[in-house]
Amino acid sequence: MIPARFDYEVAGSVEEAVRLLGESDDAKLLAGGHSLLPLMRLRFAQPSLLVDIGRLSDLAYVRDAGDRVAIGALTRHHDLTTSDLLARACPLLAFTAGQVGDPQVRHRGTIGGSVAHGDPASDLPAALLALDAELVATGPGGERTIPAADFFRGFLETALAPQELLTEIRVPKLGGGSAYVKFNRRAQDWATVAVAVAVTNGGARVALANMGPTPLRATAVEAALAGGAGLDEAAAAAAEGTSPPSDTNGSADYRRHLATVLTRRALEKALPA
Amino acid sequence: MAATEQRSYVGAPVPRKEDARLLTGQGTFVDNLSRPGMLHAVIVRSPHAHARIVGIDTSRAAAAEGVVAVYTGEDLKSEWQAGLPCFWPVSEDIVMPTHWPLALDKARYAGDGVAVVVAETRALAKDAAELVDVSYEVLPAVVDIEEALADGAPLVHDEAAGNRCYTWSLAAGEVEKEFADAAVTVSERYRQQRLIPAAMEPRALLVDVMPATGDVTVYSSTQIPHIMRTAFTLVLGIPEAKVRVVAPDVGGGFGSKVEVYAEDMIVVPIARRLGRPVKWVEERSEACLATIHGRDVVQHIELAATAEGKIRAVRVRLKAAMGSYLQAVTPGVPLLGAWLYGGCYDLAAYDFLCTGVFTTTTPTDAYRGAGRPEATYAIERAIDALARKVGKDPVEIRRLNFIEEFPFTLASGLEVDAGDFHAALDRALEILDYDTVRKEQAERRASGATRQLGVGFSTYIEMCGLAPSRILGALNYGGGGWESMSIRCLPTGTVQIVSGTTPHGQGHATTFAQIVADKLGVDFDDVEFLFGDTAVSPTGFDTYGSRSLPVGGVALWHASEKVVAKAKAIAAHTLEAAEDDLEYAGGRFAVRGTDRGMTVKECAFAAWHAHNLPDGMEPGLEAQHVYDPPNFSWPSGCHIALVEVDTQTGAVFLDRYVAVDDVGRVVNPLVVDGQVHGGIAQGVAQALWEEAVYDSDGNLATGSLLSYLVPSAAELPSYETDRTETPSPTNPLGVKGVGETGAIASTPAVINAVIDALAPYGITDMDMPASPERVWRALQEVAK
Repeated sequence: MIPARFDYEVAGSVEEAVRLLGESDDAKLLAGGHSLLPLMRLRFAQPSLLVDIGRLSDLAYVRDAGDRVAIGALTRHHDLTTSDLLARACPLLAFTAGQVGDPQVRHRGTIGGSVAHGDPASDLPAALLALDAELVATGPGGERTIPAADFFRGFLETALAPQELLTEIRVPKLGGGSAYVKFNRRAQDWATVAVAVAVTNGGARVALANMGPTPLRATAVEAALAGGAGLDEAAAAAAEGTSPPSDTNGSADYRRHLATVLTRRALEKALPA
Repeated sequence: MAATEQRSYVGAPVPRKEDARLLTGQGTFVDNLSRPGMLHAVIVRSPHAHARIVGIDTSRAAAAEGVVAVYTGEDLKSEWQAGLPCFWPVSEDIVMPTHWPLALDKARYAGDGVAVVVAETRALAKDAAELVDVSYEVLPAVVDIEEALADGAPLVHDEAAGNRCYTWSLAAGEVEKEFADAAVTVSERYRQQRLIPAAMEPRALLVDVMPATGDVTVYSSTQIPHIMRTAFTLVLGIPEAKVRVVAPDVGGGFGSKVEVYAEDMIVVPIARRLGRPVKWVEERSEACLATIHGRDVVQHIELAATAEGKIRAVRVRLKAAMGSYLQAVTPGVPLLGAWLYGGCYDLAAYDFLCTGVFTTTTPTDAYRGAGRPEATYAIERAIDALARKVGKDPVEIRRLNFIEEFPFTLASGLEVDAGDFHAALDRALEILDYDTVRKEQAERRASGATRQLGVGFSTYIEMCGLAPSRILGALNYGGGGWESMSIRCLPTGTVQIVSGTTPHGQGHATTFAQIVADKLGVDFDDVEFLFGDTAVSPTGFDTYGSRSLPVGGVALWHASEKVVAKAKAIAAHTLEAAEDDLEYAGGRFAVRGTDRGMTVKECAFAAWHAHNLPDGMEPGLEAQHVYDPPNFSWPSGCHIALVEVDTQTGAVFLDRYVAVDDVGRVVNPLVVDGQVHGGIAQGVAQALWEEAVYDSDGNLATGSLLSYLVPSAAELPSYETDRTETPSPTNPLGVKGVGETGAIASTPAVINAVIDALAPYGITDMDMPASPERVWRALQEVAK
């Protein structure tokens, strides 16, 4: 429970954070600290430098950006759950943020930190996949935009370059229904499995948490729905192409089963009868 | 002076004296303490469950920044006159391997200490601990009880053939004949999974030494400062009078701090060698590995019954995991339940046999309820199995078998002094509205609802108030079961209680003050509670086994009587009246028929200045009483769980929980409710969430609170509690103890409810915890 030795710098701006990240081979950004610090305390993560971006308050916002909602990376989960704009324009994200951890976690943890951590069992990454969100990264060369579908590369691995930080998340305003159905054994836990569904005029997008090394799109379900399949039939395809883990919360077999049950329930919530 | 108004604190929901301090962060736990020049110790632990120690190279660690010393077991061996104590050699055949505080030859569980690093800060000690290079020859692990007993299993201790630690039996009546004649028999096999106590405050030690005198002060997060002091003499040979053990505020224990741990016998010699204070504070993941575990028992229970379901005999065979070593009372834990496998039912014959088994796992020991939850679980599940077999409702079968006359001698041999099992069941059914619940259950069954409803009962009895010393002696236990309490009246009217029983969250300061305030007629706020320091309260047997009130509280009651008796003599002398002419009420002695009188407070002042005491009377108003209970106390009650089971996901939801307990006379209903609530949460947690899992190599897969699932308030309903009251006739307070009832009663109620929900699918068994996957698999299995 005592981290290994590390250096600590406070970034006064995004630019300074980018510069500081360049000063060490294994620097890590510290935002709310609710993903990184537990790993450091167990010494699973031993960065030599922590760059604290927690005071960059201009990165905490939820703004109307036309057909999208723009969210600053340092916006805390609690502020997502209580955002009127999100409640109207993208209730899936507001609801999902309310499923993260417990109230203490939601008052410290940030959307950027959660997404950049790239934990397949986290709630927000699955929701952002279903929303087909855009992620804005800022690095030495300026900003670039990465589609959520390209962002999650492997277990705790994202498309961010070592000297990049996530600065903004953009989600579409949803016309249709949506749902996030999370299964866990205690309210504060990560998902054993979770399913996010977002309905747009292009159809339903379905994403899964903790069904592989990254959050996944349930493309077989989406295809079945697009092909006119009923909810039961579509949901039955939820585990296709997944490679869920086996751990003390559930075997891979059980997770595959859960994915179909939860997908069925999420579709029923999201799609008009 | 006017007569003090008669009032009663006993029975009133007096807010706890402790809360303002603890809830506003003004508590003092060991890790809040510091001493000038204090060093920090970190233990290097074996990552292997079973491995021969080939060599330990401490040179890199010793050279690291801030490191003062690094010791291996070989380095400290000369300090240890004996291994860690096990106080309960239960049988003639017991094998008690020496348990060195640091492993000398081989590590026997993942987490077994092999070296210790001492440094100027905790972080530097932790860094240096990673530099201790231990060469291991890894040996095969054995984590499962039945695999450990199998031929050819790896031996944990060479001297324990077949990994057998002991066998212990208890039998009465014609068991064989009852089974031969039985119209109906039930044979069930249950598994008590391994549990991690997970007290909120992990263990912690601060050892302060005075090299000039050899005095040692040990601040410890412990339930047993008095027993621990004796252990320092046994293991380290330090004269008992040179050791002071202080348990400051202690953040929970649940039995896991009724222990003498390796670290105790490592840190004290280190502090003495270095002549500096040394602190050791356990990390949470370290607590999962190296603090004792609970349960881990395979139970086989058989019932012999008549055709209508009247139980005649119970036969029990236990295989209980000791883990790798015997801790303070490890072998005795199954014995604490040995009399109770017949539950609150009237039997003719009883047969109990337990085999203790070594495995390459963390040692087990007493964990909330210790033996009694296991017994209650087995009989309460087995009686439901019998009910299914004879086609009776679980309520009906219980009523048919209840003990109804008291005192009652159990078939297993002990005498239950009082109880009323029907009354608790009646009240619980009323709160639940049983008929309505069964009606809704029938409707859901008929409609094939996804969420099925189940009702589970647990009508329990337990023995606590540990314990009559003579019985402990007959069981070969190494200590007594009495308790010592003192009362001191100070000159200006406040009263001190000096307690031999040490709290770790229970509320002793409140409950005991209520008893004394009533007896002496003083204000509740004028009663101070001194505890947890062997220099302040020199004798006692500490806190476990729901004993503080039924043993310590009763000692306090008697001590109060002694104070009142002396005060009465002073009052009579001062008032120039005969003692027989004095009436005592509300803390005041009145001369019958007059307005003359004297309060206990006034007597205390008179006893202090001693200007005018009766001839030969010692000055001062204080008294000590040591109480040895003549019998255990016998709480009982009825708990009912109402669950919903999601038949698609296997998830179990605890919708309602009704608990009607008979804990005898209640001193403080708030404190009792708190104990009941916490106990229920812990017992429900065993049923639904908690399980310490080892992989086949002996690695603990649930080594943190991420994977070891302690539930939170979000998972649990608001409990519906009530009480029935049959005062214990054994003690003048009529109290029975309440610390463990919830944990003892609740586990089978929940599992019985899960099975009840799934009965229409043909499911009659469910291992614990009833995790979603386990429930789902059971449903898959019957669907085949």
